[in-house]
Amino acid sequence: MITMSVPRFWRKQVARYNLIGTHCTNCKTYYYPPRNMCPKCRRDGKLENFKFSGKGEILTYTVIHTAAEGFEKQTPYVLGIVKLEEGPSLTSQIVADPEDMKIGMKVRPVFRKLGESSEKGMIYYGTKFVPE
Amino acid sequence: MSAGIVSYGAYVPRYRIKVDEIARVWGDDANSLKSGLMVHEKSVPDFDEDTATIAVEAARYAVKRSGINAQRIGAVYTGSESHPYAVKPTSTIVAEAVEATPVMTAADYEFACKAGTAAIQTCMGLVQSGMIDLGLAIGADVAQGAPGDALEYTAAAGGVAFIIGSKETEFLAVIEDTYSFTTDTPDFWRREGMPYPEHGGRFTGEPGYFKHVTHAAKGLMAKMGTKPGDYDYAVFHQPNGKFPSRAASILGFTKEQIKPGLVVPKLGNTYSGSCMMGIAATLDQAKPGDRIFATAFGSGAGGDAFSFTVTDKIEEIRNKAPTVMELLADPIYVDYATYAKHKGKIRLA
Repeated sequence: MITMSVPRFWRKQVARYNLIGTHCTNCKTYYYPPRNMCPKCRRDGKLENFKFSGKGEILTYTVIHTAAEGFEKQTPYVLGIVKLEEGPSLTSQIVADPEDMKIGMKVRPVFRKLGESSEKGMIYYGTKFVPE
Repeated sequence: MSAGIVSYGAYVPRYRIKVDEIARVWGDDANSLKSGLMVHEKSVPDFDEDTATIAVEAARYAVKRSGINAQRIGAVYTGSESHPYAVKPTSTIVAEAVEATPVMTAADYEFACKAGTAAIQTCMGLVQSGMIDLGLAIGADVAQGAPGDALEYTAAAGGVAFIIGSKETEFLAVIEDTYSFTTDTPDFWRREGMPYPEHGGRFTGEPGYFKHVTHAAKGLMAKMGTKPGDYDYAVFHQPNGKFPSRAASILGFTKEQIKPGLVVPKLGNTYSGSCMMGIAATLDQAKPGDRIFATAFGSGAGGDAFSFTVTDKIEEIRNKAPTVMELLADPIYVDYATYAKHKGKIRLA
């Protein structure tokens, strides 16, 4: 079960569907999730929306055996930190057999259900990663 | 102005269950089912896959294969009998995920197994009238069969997306014509709020499938003045392997003509994706100049027939997205318990 409110999820929906973050054209840094201000350049920063290719590699991962509410049916499943080829890292569920996981393995994005608020509530969609 | 297929994309989940495994649980004779249905295994969605995620993956492959700017898409129609929401369109999720929003129209379709081809026909009308530049027509399903029901042996998961346009230089196949045959026939239905469909058993055969498929197919050939021998390939809705094989034989098409598109033995019935999956698998190996005849069937009931001619463009873009055979390769087999868990057949407290 995801307890996030519907408007809160919806505000970041496009970023979740299509891995859209930001790029500071001043210091050339890429950010995901998107930033409103470049933390390095502050007021000198020039941010533009940037769509990440989604290609990346596993920096590290963990296998979840005792899941949060709503994810019990999926255990054991993998949560990983994916380093995107443009630079930023993000945490995501990795759709793979835990036995096959390796640090440094290449991954690509897929569109999946991230969760739902309840049987009668919203279904939340977004990006997960699978081995390349 | 003519209409044509500008691109196509298919998606099949990685998991499969064998007919033998389902038969083991219900005490049925697997060999007689496999030879009767001509289906050996079927696709099973992952825990986090549904009609929307399958439709998105197929649509993204269609956009990728052609390299078109998705902002040119003026309409998205998703046909399915397993939309994740009763009220809230699947098509808006797809449109946002392929970045076709916001200046466009969208709606969801339902017509049992032929809602996807109904979406193709709608897009043909919109592009030919000049109302839109490109249309995205999708057939996708995570089909449901009640535990122990005959449908459980074939109800599968998968989807196909076609991008329909009117600029001839962009066509990978020209849609020469289409013809539909529709009546009110209660061969299969699912009431609001019910988890599994009901069907009329053998009633789904002659008065349902065969009547509508043969009338639509004969109607189109009569309208166009063509005959089975004019076509290199043929595709018929494939709820199992037996029905399309028999329909082809009744109409005068050969086994060789239907072979490339007959993907049901290793996939199962992807419902709204079924006939479109056969067309996609045929396009995967068709040569420029080849003609393809296709007829979809949807219970309730209707048949949509199409005639296509493949263009030179196919060779240029075919390999820019996975083929149906590539999607069917390397499956992960699951047992009945895992399948039941994936499909939500076991309800947790």
